[in-house]
Parts: sequence; C-alpha cells; structure tokens
Amino acid sequence: MPLTIDDVKKVARLARLAATEQEAQTAHAQLSGIFGLIAEMQAVDTAGIEPMSHAQEVTQRLREDRVTETNQRELFQSIAPQVEAGLYLVPKVIE
Amino acid sequence: MINASLKQLSAQLAGKKISSVELTQLYLDRIAALNPGLNAYITLNPDMSLAQARAADERIAQGRAQALTGIPVAQKDIFCAKGWRTTCGSKMLANFISPYDAHVIEQFNRAGAVNLGKTNMDEFAMGSSNETSYFGVVKNPWNRNAVPGGSSGGSAAAVAARLCAAATGTDTGGSIRQPAALCGISGLKPTYGVCSRYGMIAFASSLDQAGLMARSAEDLALLLNTMAGFDERDSTSLQREKEDYARDLSKPLNGLRIGLPKEFFAEGLSSDVAQAVEAAIAEYRKLGARVMDISLPNSRLSIPVYYVLAPAEASSNLSRFDGVRYGYRAPDYADLTDMYEKSRAQGFGEEVKRRIMIGTYVLSHGYYDAYYLKAQKIRRLIAQDFAAAFTQCDVIMGPTSPTTAFNLGEKGDDPVQMYLSDIYTIAVNLAGLPGMSISCGFGTNNMPVGLQIIGNYFAEARMLNAAHQYQLATDWHQKMPAEVNGK
Repeated sequence: MPLTIDDVKKVARLARLAATEQEAQTAHAQLSGIFGLIAEMQAVDTAGIEPMSHAQEVTQRLREDRVTETNQRELFQSIAPQVEAGLYLVPKVIE
Repeated sequence: MINASLKQLSAQLAGKKISSVELTQLYLDRIAALNPGLNAYITLNPDMSLAQARAADERIAQGRAQALTGIPVAQKDIFCAKGWRTTCGSKMLANFISPYDAHVIEQFNRAGAVNLGKTNMDEFAMGSSNETSYFGVVKNPWNRNAVPGGSSGGSAAAVAARLCAAATGTDTGGSIRQPAALCGISGLKPTYGVCSRYGMIAFASSLDQAGLMARSAEDLALLLNTMAGFDERDSTSLQREKEDYARDLSKPLNGLRIGLPKEFFAEGLSSDVAQAVEAAIAEYRKLGARVMDISLPNSRLSIPVYYVLAPAEASSNLSRFDGVRYGYRAPDYADLTDMYEKSRAQGFGEEVKRRIMIGTYVLSHGYYDAYYLKAQKIRRLIAQDFAAAFTQCDVIMGPTSPTTAFNLGEKGDDPVQMYLSDIYTIAVNLAGLPGMSISCGFGTNNMPVGLQIIGNYFAEARMLNAAHQYQLATDWHQKMPAEVNGK
C-alpha cells in the first residue's frame, strides 16, 4: 500500500495540521521511508495472536463519581491565549 | 562535593557540614558557568530552588529529614511543576506555566528535595538525539560535537557534567537508557506502572514510564524509593506494597543467571561497543554470575511495531493542543479550523508533526487492522519472547545502543536512521519491563559505552543489585568529562 501525496494531505487535514504543497512533498518522502520500515510487520504470521494493548494485564480501575477538584478558573485562564469575562475566546462558529 | 554519592550528601546535610542552600547554590553556580555551552537546562528559577533549599534546611534542623531532603534534583521538562514553566521542549508550550504538580514532582517535594531546574529534551520526548528541542540542541559533555542522546538528553548531560546531584527522565522507547549510555551515567526505567504518569506530559501512554538518571546504581535505588508509588489519578498506576529498592544492593552475585540475546550482538553493533560490553560480561563472570545465550527472535520487529503504536497513541494524546485553553495560538487565522491548523502547524516541530501524521494514518479508516492491530499482535510476540527468556535467566544484558554518541546533525534528514538507533531499547517498553543502562567503558572515539540490564517485571531491586556490585568492582561510573572536572 504505497502512500500517495493525497494520503499525506488527507492525513494532515485529519490531524489539523496546515501543510503547504512543499511541506506535503517533504512529508511524503519521509513518511514513505518510515512506512517502508513498518512494512516489515506484514511478513509476520500473527494468526491466533491476541492483540496486546497494555503491558500489565489489569482491568481499568474505577473511582467513585464525586467532586475531587476545586474550581481554579482564574489560575487556569491566566495561561490561556485569549479569554474574556471568564470565557475562552475562539473564532465565531455559529452564524 | 560534586562527586559525592547521594548517601554521602545526605549525611553531610544531616551533619551540618553543608547546608542545602550552599549545595543548591554550588550547583546553580556550576550551571551558570557550564550550561551556556551545554544547553542542558531550559528553565532555571534560582529563587524557587533556593526557597525549597531553605525549607529543607529548616526541616533538617528540626530533625525531620528524609533521604533526599535538601538534595538538588533536576527535573525533565516533561513533568509539570506548579509555578514553573513546563515546555516539553516545544514551542507549543513555550509560555506554559504549570498550574499543578505532577505526581513525581509531589513525591520529590514531599521528600524535601530541591527542584534545581527543568532540563532540555526532544520535543514531546520524540527523538534520540535531543536535536528536536525547540530550545536548541544539548551538547554531550564528553564531546561538544556529539549528541547527548534523547529524549532525556538534558538530564543526561546535566548529570554527566555534575550540574545536578541527580535528574529525572522518562522512557517511552529508550529515552532514559540511551542518553544515559551516551553520556556515561546510570539510568533506570522502572516497570510500567511503578511511577505515576499524572502530570507527565503524555507521548505514548501505554509505553511512557518515568525514571531516573544518576551517577550510580546506589543513587538510583535511593531516588526510586522516593519517586515510586501508587497514585489514583493515573489509571495505570499499580497498587503495590511499598518496597525498598536498595534492599538487595549488597548481595553477592553468586549464581546470578545472565542471558545474552544473540540478536543484540548481531550485525549493526559497532565493534568498540561490543568489546566494552563483552568486557563487562567477563567482569560479571568474575563476580560469580553464570552467563548463557538466549534468543529474543522477534526483537528486530520492535522498531516497526513501535513506530505504529507510539505515533498512534501520540496522535491521540497531542490532539489536546488546539490553541484554545493553553499553549500556542497562531497570530492570524480565518476561522476555527484555520486556527487549529495554523496553531498546530506553527506550534509543533517537524518530528512531532511527522509522528502525528503517521499515527493519524495508521488509525484511519481502512488501515486500522493492517497497522495498529497487527502491531499490537506482534507486541504480544515480543513480550512472549521475554517471558520465555526469563524462565532461563534472571537478568538480560547487552548493549544499550549500537554505537557511542554520534555527531550533531549526523543522522540529519533521515528519520529512519535515527529510529534504528533505538533497536535494543524499544522492545523493553513494548513488554513493559524495567531496563537500566550503566557505563561500562569507552569506544574508539573515547565516548562512553552503556551496558543495558533488563529485568523481569518488578525486578528493579535485583537489577540495581547487579549494577551496584559491578560498580563496586569497576570505576567506569566515576569517570567524568575532562572539561567539567574540578570546575
């Protein structure tokens, strides 16, 4: 499955990464090399092997549904790119 | 003083031979003199460090000191520390003042250790040479034309140059062990789940593990006693009995079974590294260990598997950086999507963007089974290789890295060449096992060589024992770069 330049542009869009034509070309060359490396996997027989998603065979711990954090809005918003009246500002999304 | 062990420093602090303020100032002075040439630190805050040192001195005076009280420890800039700028080596977080502490930072704070500063690293821990940092490359203290390794390159260089008593690191595919090897120090990545990932900026969550970099195995044991521990805020933190990682340090090595994977001594290993590692194995034989050949047949697949799984997890983890609540926001944009795309394109460096794109691709519709699921299956085969090996031996040893430190810019534009330098370390993360690197000699270019020690799950005390006994019999770990000697 060779990677095409259109694949690269599509992936950049999905990942919300702006890319110029030149950047897409460079990324295409480099990603093709990396996928060449990854292709080694396909020769391995993995029939009947359970996928391993985690190092330890433990089940996800659950916690009680209760408030654990205090409100620190001012502290958190002090490092935000743009805030006004306690709200995070973003470009208009609803016409 | 700069070569004293943590145990000696602790005794001197307890005996009022030196105060924590004096010790902290000594390191701050060394940093002021040597860091401009090495670039091991991204952020220093002498006021905050010295305030912690004063508090430590009071605590010592009150007789409430613990093992690390008053000891200056450098923190990798991946750990959020309240009131400290925490950048993760990225432009994306260049102005991020953390509003909270990582669990690891809390552990050190509770022990009364001093945060000496935040160390340089590859951007978002993605790199093996510290060349992807937005804050510039770190120079290897043994040769300023060489890389320190990565991603914990700043921590490794700081320990090697005696710009801290010890440092923290993180290891997703070798990011503690490889720089420890390249800088001639001792590094430990514990079993996955031993240290909390809370407040440790996420790269690949099923592989990321916090660990330590120091001048000796004895120091590492002391540090791990402080750093390890259950934390309910990390859902993968393991609930285990508290253990003393220094408990086995002085045990003799008689009968220790060391497995040498034949795949780690095959083509690709440079001969000077092979020689130093073989000499270390000979030393272990003298110390009473039994050495046997083993095989990890799937270990060569660890690189392709890793470069599917780690980017997949990274693409998901790094989706949180959108320029809305914190982090970089592009100055000009047309609409919301444009703001996301430009903020991320401008805020992330090339390697990070590459990995986000790989991850996005392998998780995208139609490719999931061929890449992600396939990689997870081979991950199990790799873990099974280790399980089989540990029925025959107690620890596995081999080289940490196929070569000594390469030169800055040497692996240039070819990411694949860079990825291959982690061939011996990645499988350990995929299996979730603990791994170490200790210095075991020098290569033809007079650069340090690392011996890797891999243990079974939760075998940290045994690995530290093996490393400590070697360090009692040899003095490689005491060697220091000429230019920092005596300054």
